[in-house]
Amino acid sequence: MAALEIHNVRKEFGSERVLKDVSISIDSGEFLILVGPSGCGKSTLMNAIAGLEPVTSGNIYIDGEDVTWRTPADRDIAMVFQSYALYPSMTVRQNISFGLEMRKVPKAEREAAVERVADLLQITHLLERKPAQLSGGQRQRVAMGRALAREPKVYLFDEPLSNLDAKLRVDMRTEIKKLHQRLGTTIVYVTHDQVEAMTLADCIAVMRDGHILQLGSPDEVYNNPVDMFVAGFMGSPSMNFIRATLEDINGGYQLRIATPGEDELVLPWPEVRIAPDMAERLNQPVILGLRPEHFSEEDERLTSQAEGTLLSASVAVVEPTGADILLRLPLGEQEVTARVGPKCVVAAGERLSLRVDMGRAILFDAETEQRIA
Amino acid sequence: MANVIRRQTPAARLGRGLLYGVLILAALFYILPLAVMLMTSVKPLSEISAGSLLSLPQNPTLAPWIKAWGEACTGMRCEGVGGYFWNSFAIVIPAVLISTTIGALNGYALTKWRFKGSELVFALMLFGCFIPFQVVLLPMAQTLGWLGISSSRAGLILVHVVFGIAFTTLFFRNFYVGIPNELVSAAKLDGAGFFRIFWRILLPVSAPIIVVSVIWQFTQIWNDFLFGVAFSAHNTQPVTVALNNLVNTSTGVREYNVDMAAAMIAALPTLVVYVLAGKYFVRGLTAGSVKG
Repeated sequence: MAALEIHNVRKEFGSERVLKDVSISIDSGEFLILVGPSGCGKSTLMNAIAGLEPVTSGNIYIDGEDVTWRTPADRDIAMVFQSYALYPSMTVRQNISFGLEMRKVPKAEREAAVERVADLLQITHLLERKPAQLSGGQRQRVAMGRALAREPKVYLFDEPLSNLDAKLRVDMRTEIKKLHQRLGTTIVYVTHDQVEAMTLADCIAVMRDGHILQLGSPDEVYNNPVDMFVAGFMGSPSMNFIRATLEDINGGYQLRIATPGEDELVLPWPEVRIAPDMAERLNQPVILGLRPEHFSEEDERLTSQAEGTLLSASVAVVEPTGADILLRLPLGEQEVTARVGPKCVVAAGERLSLRVDMGRAILFDAETEQRIA
Repeated sequence: MANVIRRQTPAARLGRGLLYGVLILAALFYILPLAVMLMTSVKPLSEISAGSLLSLPQNPTLAPWIKAWGEACTGMRCEGVGGYFWNSFAIVIPAVLISTTIGALNGYALTKWRFKGSELVFALMLFGCFIPFQVVLLPMAQTLGWLGISSSRAGLILVHVVFGIAFTTLFFRNFYVGIPNELVSAAKLDGAGFFRIFWRILLPVSAPIIVVSVIWQFTQIWNDFLFGVAFSAHNTQPVTVALNNLVNTSTGVREYNVDMAAAMIAALPTLVVYVLAGKYFVRGLTAGSVKG
């Protein structure tokens, strides 16, 4: 049975439609991430699940029960807020046990739950402190502890890491993942950070303008995006979009990239990736999507087994990140980013031969921005 | 600013001296009325009629204070202002507590449980801050009569509560706007209801604004004369009305020392409240603007 099912949910503020027919279903123990740019409706959807905002229409089921019109307290959920929302006048212990107290759990059980959670999150030494005496990371832990103490059916995380500094964010991310693996809880997690989405989720819902554009595993969303928005949103540096024309060649297809003042660039489209929709777009402009890692420097040792098409371009900018090097190079009318190995020796202005892995390239319609192949 | 390095030229020193001179003069000017009142209130009557206003008392005496408290005539009665002093407390304390409580609940509801038209309700309540007292005297008198509590202490308390709510609501509303809504959301998810959230989450952090509201309301209601004179009977009059009657009673010699002592007695509670809680008052008023 689905732990959480959202059925055709709509939400309107006056004439503004914030959620347009959203449907999601996740199983018990799944980690769902709602991701999208600010204003895409992900927080509104989260509040609708929590019961903090009534929906305009549609239904929400938790564990098979229709909770659409239940109060937040009656939904058996817990939430971790972006600002942590720790009760400032209470100690950490009181913060964690407040929800249990409101639910009239006997004192002994409450104490046991606090000890268990404090132990799990390693905050036992902080129990008698007030939130004002805690650091950002400690507050974050307490906020999670408050949610964990009650053992609800569904946990909601609303951008829980966005107020932490970069290093702590990575640590806490790992910790949340560990916690999920250990406890097997059902989690809905809102973020605008695509790295968090990729690393944590079992299932990602990419949202935009109140719609869910794509719902799938991180691998699906990353490697098989449904449109240019999803493709561009997931991944950093983001996917390169190159304007090209689709042409016919001996029954196969090739992409011609206009390169003013230089030799024309033609990339053959791999036969195994031919889609039926391609025929009707012959000799029309299309968008070729290539991720930075779809480029690689030509390496003689690999030439024999590596597949792909060679192209040569002059390097505009070299950005070493340590683990690898990002190159900016003009390709046709646009500049693209390529990710090459850290040993690649190249300076700005030099020409470089690059191998393009067309087997992983993605083709989009230039007008609708939908995926073709 | 303390560690700004400045060369002490003679001109700079002169400027500084002038500055302090002006400030000291201004301070003296402001303290003068209080000083004159205090001095006059401990002078025997003979000294007042003989000496100047600013001369120091030669034979200080507490007799005028004792007379003002227990014997001076306020109109037909000669029982001093003491009884009215307690009258004032009997009116002010419930009125302050009730108006602060209602203001806190209003502010809480208007910020954390928004409903359609809550902004309009707030705007209308704000309007109440700008209504002059005189305008409502007649309708208020009618209402009190209709409720059967005219000339009673309860009636006077009601009037002050109704007038105070506009201000207390404004204070609490502006304070609670600065408290994150997520706190209330978290408490809702934890299973707490309207009053529980107020009592357990909001009220414990409201001390600064409670102090502001209490000082403001205490001062306003204690110092009120118009409602006191209009809606009270002789046995429920507040001290401000008694003071007026005492000063205006025109039998025999005018006893300035007793008048001054009575005025000091009438002003004392607000002074004490401000001295004791004044720093919290300023802190509370600026609380929202300093910390987020």
